[in-house]
Amino acid sequence: MNLDLARWQFAVTTVYHFLFVPLTLGTVWFVVGFQTAWVRTGNVKYLRLTKFFGKLFLINFAMGVVTGIVQEFQFGMNWSDYSKFVGDVFGAPLAMEGLLAFFLESTFLGLWIFGWDRLPKKLHLATIWAAAFGTLFSAFFILAANSWMQHPTGYEISETTGRAVLNDIGAVLFQNTSILAFTHTISASFLVAGAFVAAVGAWHMSKDRHLDVFRPAVKAGTWVILIAAVVVSITGDLDSKVMVEQQPMKMAAAEGLYETTANAPFSILSVGDLAGDSATRIIEVPGLLSFLATGSFDGTVQGINDLQAQYVQQYGPGDYSPYVPVTYWGFRMMIGLGMLAALYALWTLWRFRGGRNPKSTVFAAATAVITFLPLFGISAGWIFTEMGRQPWIVFGLQKTADGVSPTVGTASVLISFIGFTLVYAVLAFFEVRLMLKAIKAGPPEIASEDPFEDSQDDADKQLYFAY
Amino acid sequence: MDLVTVWFILVAVLWIGYFVLDGFDLGVGMLLPVIGRNDVNRRVMVNTIGPVWDGNEVWLLVAGGATFAAFPLWYATLFSGYYLALFLVLLALILRGVAFEYRGKKDDAKWRRNWDAAIVVGSALPALLFGVAFGNIVGGSQIASSTGNAADAGSINYIGSFFDLLNPFALVVGLMTLTVFATHGAIFLALKTSGEVREASRKVAVRVGVVAAVFAVVALLWAQTFSERVAVTLPLVLVAAVLWLGGLLATIRGRDGWAFILSAGTIGLAVAALFVGLFPNVMPSAIDPAYNLTVYNASSQSYTLTVMTIVAVIMTPLVLLYQGWTYWVFRKRITSSMIPS
Repeated sequence: MNLDLARWQFAVTTVYHFLFVPLTLGTVWFVVGFQTAWVRTGNVKYLRLTKFFGKLFLINFAMGVVTGIVQEFQFGMNWSDYSKFVGDVFGAPLAMEGLLAFFLESTFLGLWIFGWDRLPKKLHLATIWAAAFGTLFSAFFILAANSWMQHPTGYEISETTGRAVLNDIGAVLFQNTSILAFTHTISASFLVAGAFVAAVGAWHMSKDRHLDVFRPAVKAGTWVILIAAVVVSITGDLDSKVMVEQQPMKMAAAEGLYETTANAPFSILSVGDLAGDSATRIIEVPGLLSFLATGSFDGTVQGINDLQAQYVQQYGPGDYSPYVPVTYWGFRMMIGLGMLAALYALWTLWRFRGGRNPKSTVFAAATAVITFLPLFGISAGWIFTEMGRQPWIVFGLQKTADGVSPTVGTASVLISFIGFTLVYAVLAFFEVRLMLKAIKAGPPEIASEDPFEDSQDDADKQLYFAY
Repeated sequence: MDLVTVWFILVAVLWIGYFVLDGFDLGVGMLLPVIGRNDVNRRVMVNTIGPVWDGNEVWLLVAGGATFAAFPLWYATLFSGYYLALFLVLLALILRGVAFEYRGKKDDAKWRRNWDAAIVVGSALPALLFGVAFGNIVGGSQIASSTGNAADAGSINYIGSFFDLLNPFALVVGLMTLTVFATHGAIFLALKTSGEVREASRKVAVRVGVVAAVFAVVALLWAQTFSERVAVTLPLVLVAAVLWLGGLLATIRGRDGWAFILSAGTIGLAVAALFVGLFPNVMPSAIDPAYNLTVYNASSQSYTLTVMTIVAVIMTPLVLLYQGWTYWVFRKRITSSMIPS
């Protein structure tokens, strides 16, 4: 009971937190780009874009920050046996994230938000660059920590305590799992943000508003989607090869492949019960799973049944396969929604070619829909990754069931689970409302192009930005 | 000095940083309806901490992360043990953080009133509960080994209930942090504003400061009964008391900068005294001292501590430097006439 509740709480709080993270990771670089363009060219439309997307970014960032606090402490609250077992290794990247990333992003973002009339133009620009690097460092350390759970390395098991002990920090931070998780997640975040920026811009343009301001945003957004899509595909492909090597069960579960198969097909759709071997594949691409897993269409992919037998020998009796319907559909949603965004980008480039401006309702509707879809794609990818690792919390070392806090009462977990879920739901309501309001309001008119200069001659001048 | 001692000191420094910095912005938050009698004044208050509150809160996250890395058993036992208290703190901090960001995003009195309520509760509750939690750490809590084998520190867990945390000593410590942070916040407001808000803040600082002094004297003298080295901690507490009185006097005389330095110093010394009195324990057991979690049985191994020491030695001065610079950039006092409509 506690285990299920603790898992549900982790799922709800983490999936929710991660809705804000990729949008933040990507959008901040658009803000960096627009503001840099403004400082370099002096063209006020870039300043308006900076302000407009900066505001959307901040509404989103605030939610990411506050829901992130829970993540820092939840390991101790619900997963104390896990924390004790891995803290020597896992705690290090978390502490580094705090020291190198959290301080950087929060401090410099404070400077950026309130500093327009307090800092010279170029120094103010530097603050958003610093905050953006902070978000990047943060992603790096937390993904290194997660990668260690997927593929533990750089550690030994202490003979005296039986707990994991770090012996090579470089192996934890820079193993291939970690580097690929980082590049794959960051490029996917750029895809998410590209879709967001392009779609918000295209939506305004399809309503014939702020054409000159949003044209560069649509252009930047679509190109970022396309470039990111290429990088996502390459890193995803490399990542799946590494996954086959390190967690073959996850790849088998991604397809629901029960028997070891050469020239294994990849199904795009299936009906029936995936948890047993009775699902019927509707559309299949021959050999594609083998290609994804091994790089060759004739390669052999190990099936769930063989791996299960092998793990029983290795780790003792137990069920070593994840819940296949989630991994199967999670894998497809991840790839499908990412590809959809890339198609949208091509379509948008075509519709906007040579200074054109599409005023079709179909395009506007598609645009409204596409705005947040890649976000669900990246979320599905992470649900796949985490669910696919089950029953392990640290692959091969500790099972999720053994990581849960032994002395926390069911009532406590239930209260916190319900409490977080309700508060998160209420906040989601406000966040979406504020987002839509800010999107509809469009880019602000610019009262002062150099608030710093203006504030120098009048000490009691109104604050340029205030809460 | 051995590495575990170094990390005990570093964790203490992070908590001192957190209480000194977030202490005043929690104080500003809870005083919102007391000092800010109209919306413009409330906005003056919120804007004094606007650029810095988030950076201040990171001290808490880093204290948590550093404890995880350096003392995993402390981290695990503390947060799974004080579960519901921490849950309430987290909920409060979530609402508070969103409230700062969202309160001004819509021009509507009811909207702002609701978010202001979230700021007040979201500031007062953590201020109280951090004290309660520290009271329980210092006074010892219901922790024991599930196997009965005290040598197996991994089997030591909190076995009490939420209500065991609400014991008299811990509650007095909680009331101390609540009132001390309120005072610290009022002193900060006096330093960072001028006009109406400044005058009101100075009055509140002195009034609440006297109440805080009473709670602090009771809590900190009571804490001496748990102290491992009274000869060090008692003088620290006495110096802290003198600084506090100095801070209140400076407030009365309108020396806002001195008042803030003195109240920050008080908080720093009082927290230092609690940690010095705790060492080498990190979570003493009220059941049997054999179950005490200490810096020795709760810590990571020397490789991890060495790596983290290098990171901390490089990063901490940098962080202090750029956070200090932030306070310099926003050094100007804020008045109601500076608040844009």
